[in-house]
Amino acid sequence: MKSLGSIRRKFAPWNDPDAKPYIVFENVTKKFGDFIAVNDLSLAIFEREFFALLGASGCGKSTLLRMLAGFEEPTSGRILLDGQDLRGIPPYRRPVNMMFQSYALFPHMTVEKNIAFGLKQEGMPAAEIDKRVAEMLRLVKLEQFAKRKPHQLSGGQRQRVALARSVAKRPKVLLLDEPLGALDKKLREETQFELMDLQQELGLTFVVVTHDQEEAMTMADRIAIMDKGQVMQVATPAEVYEAPASRFVANFVGNVNMFEGTVADRTQDTARITGASGAQILVENAADTVAGADVAFAIRPEKIRVSSKKPADAVNALEGEVYDIAYLGDMTVYHVRLDDGQMVRASMLNATREIDDPLTWDDRAWISFRPNAGIVLTR
Amino acid sequence: MNTVWSRFNIASIVLGFAFLYLPIVLLVVFSFNESKLVTVWGGFSTKWYVSLFHNQGLMDAAWVTIRVGLISATVATVLGTLAALTLTRYTRFKGRLLFSGMVFAPLVMPEVITGLSLLLLFVAVNLDRGFFTLTLAHITFSMCFVAVVVQSRLLTFDRSLEEAAMDLGAPPVKTFFQITLPVILPAIVSGWMLAFTLSIDDLVISSFTSGPGATTLPMKIYSQVRLGVTPEINAACTILIGLVATGVVIASVVNKQREVQRLRDEQIALRG
Amino acid sequence: MTDATATAGTVATPSSGPPTSFLQSIVNRLVIIVPYVWLLFFFLIPFVIVFKISLSDTARAMPPYVPTFDISKGFGSLLAGLRELDFENYLWLAGDPLYFNAYISSVVVAAISTVLALLVGYPIAYGMARAPATIRPTLLMLVILPFWTSFLIRVYAWIGILKPEGLLNQFLLSVGVISQPLVILNTYAAIFIGIVYSYLPFMVLPLYSSLEKMDHSLIEAAQDLGCPPITAFWKITFPLSLPGVVAGCLLVFIPAAGEFVIPDLLGGSRTLMIGRTLWNEFNSNGDWPVASAVAVVLLLILIVPIVLFQHMQAKAQEQGR
Repeated sequence: MKSLGSIRRKFAPWNDPDAKPYIVFENVTKKFGDFIAVNDLSLAIFEREFFALLGASGCGKSTLLRMLAGFEEPTSGRILLDGQDLRGIPPYRRPVNMMFQSYALFPHMTVEKNIAFGLKQEGMPAAEIDKRVAEMLRLVKLEQFAKRKPHQLSGGQRQRVALARSVAKRPKVLLLDEPLGALDKKLREETQFELMDLQQELGLTFVVVTHDQEEAMTMADRIAIMDKGQVMQVATPAEVYEAPASRFVANFVGNVNMFEGTVADRTQDTARITGASGAQILVENAADTVAGADVAFAIRPEKIRVSSKKPADAVNALEGEVYDIAYLGDMTVYHVRLDDGQMVRASMLNATREIDDPLTWDDRAWISFRPNAGIVLTR
Repeated sequence: MNTVWSRFNIASIVLGFAFLYLPIVLLVVFSFNESKLVTVWGGFSTKWYVSLFHNQGLMDAAWVTIRVGLISATVATVLGTLAALTLTRYTRFKGRLLFSGMVFAPLVMPEVITGLSLLLLFVAVNLDRGFFTLTLAHITFSMCFVAVVVQSRLLTFDRSLEEAAMDLGAPPVKTFFQITLPVILPAIVSGWMLAFTLSIDDLVISSFTSGPGATTLPMKIYSQVRLGVTPEINAACTILIGLVATGVVIASVVNKQREVQRLRDEQIALRG
Repeated sequence: MTDATATAGTVATPSSGPPTSFLQSIVNRLVIIVPYVWLLFFFLIPFVIVFKISLSDTARAMPPYVPTFDISKGFGSLLAGLRELDFENYLWLAGDPLYFNAYISSVVVAAISTVLALLVGYPIAYGMARAPATIRPTLLMLVILPFWTSFLIRVYAWIGILKPEGLLNQFLLSVGVISQPLVILNTYAAIFIGIVYSYLPFMVLPLYSSLEKMDHSLIEAAQDLGCPPITAFWKITFPLSLPGVVAGCLLVFIPAAGEFVIPDLLGGSRTLMIGRTLWNEFNSNGDWPVASAVAVVLLLILIVPIVLFQHMQAKAQEQGR
């Protein structure tokens, strides 16, 4: 059986009609004065899910997180956690903990004091606190740094202290606000996997806010793509990439080529799309589009082939000129300007060290793709 | 929870500012009092202002105060700016610790001690006390305040501006006058204003270091205050407060307008 | 760049920068030397003189002291003079309970005033730091503004308010809170009010700057971890504002301990403070050596807070760098 993209783990309660969501946003709106940060938003997150809120800055994702933590109250609508309405419950009584973007480590306390802080608040006996702190330090591999102050730690170590502090209380939900934003690229990639392992190990529900799509794709079970205070799509990373719901989502996640046109005619499985210049392409995945509809055909660069001659077996082939080539090692990115003026981005994997069909700037070239390589978008 | 706190915050700000301003407001109000009894309202009158301007002693003192203020503030600004440069730019020289000590200590030194020590210096070097010694004393304590104000600006100064100027061929001295000075000028100006205010305000150090013929306004007011509160003094104080308040308000309005203009320019630039 | 300059004993090396020309090195040195020499001559040497005179004998002359040694008379007289050095004035100070009590009461009055100023100033600074960012500069200006108006005038304004037939008593009598006028003027209470009022901006400003730069997410983190707001204040906000607290307290305590104008105008003749004692010793009694000794002892009392203050300034400067 074929599947879209790749399957991360066998965990999909959202497909189970009997599964009860753990966190529910019901028609939540948040206004700051005239500014609408979150606009009539509904969302359901399941227990043990690693859920990512992805969007550009100002899209309302952080506000959503802060409402869950209790730092902001919704202007209207309600938020349920495990069936309980959270309205009116102050942040210090909510069974959720947050890892702050700035880490917010208390500068006047040592690492262990920072981790113990939340435990002391709930009046845990000292011996138990010591045990839990030691356990947390082990978890984040900072045993030898227990007595240090935050300013004596590296960025990555601080991040792990913040993490240890926020999971020390065993919250029902851990909220992470740009958890890896302050780390450099290499460290970020390592930490992504550490976070995933930690989530598995502790069996917690994670809600992470990020503007980094790669981060969201790597870590999350599902991603909610947000724009202007609304959710544009909630889906698994593979669905978001391979079956975006709208032009916005397709553009926001990864690179995409968009062919705008009209559905000329369609059969059960295929649709023929006519572009503005008259060029025609035959595609599948046209869903419920009807003839005459204005649509966009979205196709990812790696699903387009570039060649110097028109491939004999190609259903869809368009001619143009090589405008730019970027050699990235693992792959080569071609920018081809089609004869109707549209620029197309195509990336070809460098599976061998030598290539058979060398192309260079200003060469005539053909791009070709299969009918099921892209998706038709109506929104 | 948030509303309770912000209500508490607003209350403390309002009460605090009432405490800070009420005495001054009352003083101003009662300077327009008809009655000679300062604390009993006898109707509106400006007669104390009229009699004030016929008080030759006060007028002379005011003139001395302004001259000392202008001269000492200007010299103190130059010296203070140099001191600030030394503190921020030269981190390694013998006696730096002593130097920074001498800059910061006068800020908190009890005035009686500073005044006494300066007086004894002038006596020791046989300098007749008067306008000159008064000015020297004022320069000394106000230059430290200027140094602190300018230094805090220099600490946030982007050194790459100077490096860029030198990279483009400007020698250091030219760089200082064409790049550094214009950028830190607002701090220097507020340093001057602070020095001037401190100078026209000072009583204790002036009393020690001044001599015959160089009585400043605070000294004059002090000697009259000791004899009792009079509406005339209230009037004199009101004028002083009015002058300072006008100066500060004008300065802040100009600053604000410049800031607003800058923001507007930036927005236009971003849009364009 | 290697030879030390004679007067200030300094070797000027810019902390960083390109190699400098000969002219440049002269300019560099002038930048240091001019303010350095000025402060040496008008700040440090005067203290040496004060110390010297405090060891001299009182005389009924002008200047009213007999110099114990005079450098202009050569090395021989210097040695002779050194032998005459005595701590007579200090013994006199120690022997007279008036001075001892004046020192104690100065320190106590300054300490109480400092605590009061902290109690009054902290809520103001906290409120300012939590105010919307748009009005903060205005609030800051309003705190600084009184500082620009004459100190003397601000103290003077309280006479009219605090005296028995003054505005405060008139007000309290009219609303019926009291039936007898309160005696506040010419008591220590008036001094406390005067010091708190005059030095409040010095307390509020450092508190404000330490509270304002504090990352609000720390408070949110504390609440997130289960801290109610009041607890979060005591566990996070207050400890982190301690540098501001210490700086504010020093800025109030040090000048208050040597304060002259406030006790003189508001405290009346029965209150005792060393600043006024020094002034009287100097101006009324004309006893310069004793006045100098009083000043030296006052300085010794204040040396610890002053050094502490300087240390904090230097640290803040390092961090600002």
